[in-house]
Order: sequence, then structure tokens, then C-alpha cells
Amino acid sequence: MVACPRMDAGQALADLTEISAQIETAVLAAHDGSVVASTVADDGKAKAMAEGAVELLSAAGDVRGEGGSEPLVQVEAATRDGSVFVVKDERHLVAAVTKSRPTVGLVFYDLKTCLRILEREEEAKASKATKTATRRRTTKKKETEAAGEGA
Amino acid sequence: MKGRSVVGGLVLGSAALAGAILFVRTKSAAEGEHVDVYFGDGSMVSLQPGSAAGDRLLPLARRVLAAARG
Repeated sequence: MVACPRMDAGQALADLTEISAQIETAVLAAHDGSVVASTVADDGKAKAMAEGAVELLSAAGDVRGEGGSEPLVQVEAATRDGSVFVVKDERHLVAAVTKSRPTVGLVFYDLKTCLRILEREEEAKASKATKTATRRRTTKKKETEAAGEGA
Repeated sequence: MKGRSVVGGLVLGSAALAGAILFVRTKSAAEGEHVDVYFGDGSMVSLQPGSAAGDRLLPLARRVLAAARG
């Protein structure tokens, strides 16, 4: 089940859970913790998961070594009951929960792929919107010119 | 009488073996707890339970797990 306020994000998460059998649940969110899409049916749970992931990232950012200026990009927390993965890019973060002892590299790869797909789709959408706006402006300009010549 | 003690011994031995397996599995699971933090330059910091940062981050991870599983 994929709850998706935005279709692209929902599709990216659906693809993620389809290709990665190890991932139980996943949530895609903005950096402030607002949920973009999730595989959790309950919105409250998805929100709690996203907010927890933001908090985990924030706390993990504090462990940066002295003089380290590199940004934090991903976290894996392994507990007795399962593992939590959080990966972030410039705009979003994706958090996933797996059972104990997952294949860490594979899960990270799948989460990064999910973020990349989303980024690519958003870029394509933005590019399409720019083209449409340019076309509209050109048409309007032509109409204005034609009206001017007619008068 | 002898048969009974053999059966008793087997039951006791099996119980001890099961207990030992459970103990080792629980211990190894607990020992496997950690938080790995990765940075943009490819560096990674591994935090273990017992360290200040590890003890701060692991409860947060448990909260995410609890939220996900309800």
C-alpha cells in the first residue's frame, strides 16, 4: 500500500519496496519532516516515522568529527528488533525500516536510487513546465502583435 | 529405572543446549547494535552502545522502528 500525495514520489517508493524485499516500510519526506509519500497506511504513523528520521539525522549530524565539514548523507542504525536507514539528498530524505541483519549496501543503494528517480522526475517536470510557460508567452506575444497590426 | 535416567539426561541436555543457543543468539544480537553515520566525503563513524553518541542515537532509531511497526 502506498499513500502518495504526489504521484511521482509515491511511484518512486512503490518501485523501492518492489525491488527491495528487505525493506518493510519506507517514508519519503522533506527535510522538515513533512511526509511526501509513504508505504505506511496510517498517516499518523508515517508522520511519526518521518519526524523520528529527521531527529535521528539531526542528532547524527552532531557526531561529525572535529574540523569535519562534510555533510551527513546517510545513517544506518541497527537494533535488536531491526534496522533503520535514512538517506538524504538536497531536498528530500527517505527512511526505511528492515528486519535485523539486512544487506546494508543493498538497502542504501535502493534508497539512493529512489531519491535519484524522484529528483530526475522533478527535474523533468520543471523542465516541461518551463517549456510550456515559454510557449504560452510566445503565443501571447504573437496574439498581441497580430491585434496591434489589425488595429 | 535406567531408561528413565537416560531420558531425563537427554531432556536436561537438550534444555541446556537450547538455553545456550538462545543465550548466544541474544548476546550476539545485542552486540550487533550500532549506528553508522556516513558523510559526503565517504568517511563513516560507527557508534556503539555505551558511547555517549550511540546511547543518544539508538533510542531515536528504536522510536522510528516503533512508529513504523505501530
